[in-house]
Amino acid sequence: MTNWALIIYCGLITYLTRFSMIALIKKEMFNDRIREILSFVPSAIFPAIIFPAIIVNDNGLFQIDDNPKIIAAIIAMFIGIFSRSIIATIFSGLASYWFLIFVV
Amino acid sequence: MQSNFKIFLKGIFDVIPIMIPVVPFGLIFGVLSIDIGFSPIETMGMSLIIFGGASQIVLLQLFSGGASSLVIISSVGAVNSRHLLYGAVVSEHLSDLKLVWKIIISYFLVDQAFAVSNEYLKKNNNSNRYFHLVGGGATCWIIWQSTTILGIILGAAIPEKLGLSFAVPLTFLALLVNDFRKLINVIVIIISGLVATLGYNHIPFKAYVIVAALAGLFTAILLTKIIKKYD
Repeated sequence: MTNWALIIYCGLITYLTRFSMIALIKKEMFNDRIREILSFVPSAIFPAIIFPAIIVNDNGLFQIDDNPKIIAAIIAMFIGIFSRSIIATIFSGLASYWFLIFVV
Repeated sequence: MQSNFKIFLKGIFDVIPIMIPVVPFGLIFGVLSIDIGFSPIETMGMSLIIFGGASQIVLLQLFSGGASSLVIISSVGAVNSRHLLYGAVVSEHLSDLKLVWKIIISYFLVDQAFAVSNEYLKKNNNSNRYFHLVGGGATCWIIWQSTTILGIILGAAIPEKLGLSFAVPLTFLALLVNDFRKLINVIVIIISGLVATLGYNHIPFKAYVIVAALAGLFTAILLTKIIKKYD
């Protein structure tokens, strides 16, 4: 598949989710139980991106020891929990990472 | 009744404060996309055609890991499924709209616009209240496109050794900050993360995102059921 085809398909599926929300899905279609489960979607899917991106190194191998990304991500997580700020989370993570690889 | 334009402006002013976190997202997206090897036009095309931060960053992450197109598209679909929740809320306010407006508004229905307009739509009953959503959405659009352009320019200048790809897990981590406070969410996060990590090298076609997400959702279904039973 060409890059453009990939981009268009991803755009289409994103658009269709939004359109279905407005035009197709009605309040009655979701009971409380389905709503409750859907509220867990971010918790279920984002870690699947986060964990491998931190733990698996460029060669596709696990790197638990001596991995500045793990330490920086843990710092960012605690800053995020206490500040509830998206910006503080991202920047504290990047700053700790740069400190660990360039200074320490 | 307020004029369409006034409501449109109110949508803009209501959404501006929550645009601040969007700026680093757009920049990071632009920088990484160039870093991975997409052309500036393709990068801009993503922001114009997809117009969704999480979707676009998932696309980059899986593409750079060598995932197949089908896996990338279904993972983007899975990431978007969280939006289905909004439908139940917002559709009742927009049910009287002409189809053509529904088609236009759908393009602009991003997280931030939804968040502020949902509050407005709940409190107001005027027939032109959807202009609030158009104003909020258009603001998000302008911020997203301009930060993408800035990211493309910066992407050519930022050295690779800064390791900016680490910003991808950080941006998603930032989207979970409120979930870390809830026990069931924390368990779901750990299960999904473990399945993805352990399956990273073993699940074919890099479908580990889908498998891990399903494992996480299954955990959520199970745990919420158990808790209800003993409540």
